[in-house]
Amino acid sequence: MPSRKFSSDLNNLEKICNFVTRYAEQAGLDDRQVYAVQLAVDEAATNIIEHGYRSSGQGEVTITCQPVADGLRVVLHDHAPPFDPDEIPAPIIDVPLEELKPRGLGIYLMRKMMDEVRYEFDTGQGNKLTMFKRK
Amino acid sequence: MEIQTTEYKRCTVVKTSGRIDGSNAPDLGKALKDIIEKGMHNIIFDMSEVTFVASAGWWVLIDTQKTCKPRGEVVLVAVKPAIQDSLNLVGMGSYFSTFDDLTSAVGNF
Repeated sequence: MPSRKFSSDLNNLEKICNFVTRYAEQAGLDDRQVYAVQLAVDEAATNIIEHGYRSSGQGEVTITCQPVADGLRVVLHDHAPPFDPDEIPAPIIDVPLEELKPRGLGIYLMRKMMDEVRYEFDTGQGNKLTMFKRK
Repeated sequence: MEIQTTEYKRCTVVKTSGRIDGSNAPDLGKALKDIIEKGMHNIIFDMSEVTFVASAGWWVLIDTQKTCKPRGEVVLVAVKPAIQDSLNLVGMGSYFSTFDDLTSAVGNF
């Protein structure tokens, strides 16, 4: 399975995007589905870099892409402290503009963009986020 | 990130290209803040060459919208369908008026 390691630097987001785009296209996803994968992976990686590694630049994120018959599976692995996206409440969206608060939108976008999002933590393996986009 | 600004009588047009993500959204935020500090509250964001907007970018635009209203507003031009889809999917499309082309957006002000 194609897998690549990236240092935890926001400047790597574009490289991460290019990496997953290649396999999203290979999996036969259409343009909007490819964009959905790009956005979900970008949000997940941004969370790991900013919140997991606290923007230290000292960590690594390993991304694995697995094109399968019915879509694309993407796995993000990191060794930052445990971070379960399920614990972040969804942002409150249907409110007047002035009441909108910048919290949780990234994770909400990630869930909306993908068909499956699953988080696991293992003391040896670290954080593992598996996402699936169906064709 | 290269950001071009063009001042019109009633609005300022901001244009950039490529990706807006966590690495460069603060640069866009600074450019927009500079425009507001000059007293302009009608801002057109030309997205004809923008290919990707992460949540960090949307928050910059939302923060700017909060500052500009009610004196003025931020409107979006030529948003790519996939980008608009993502905004609509999270229910935030209604916070911005959109225009297909720059001429109609400038004419709106």
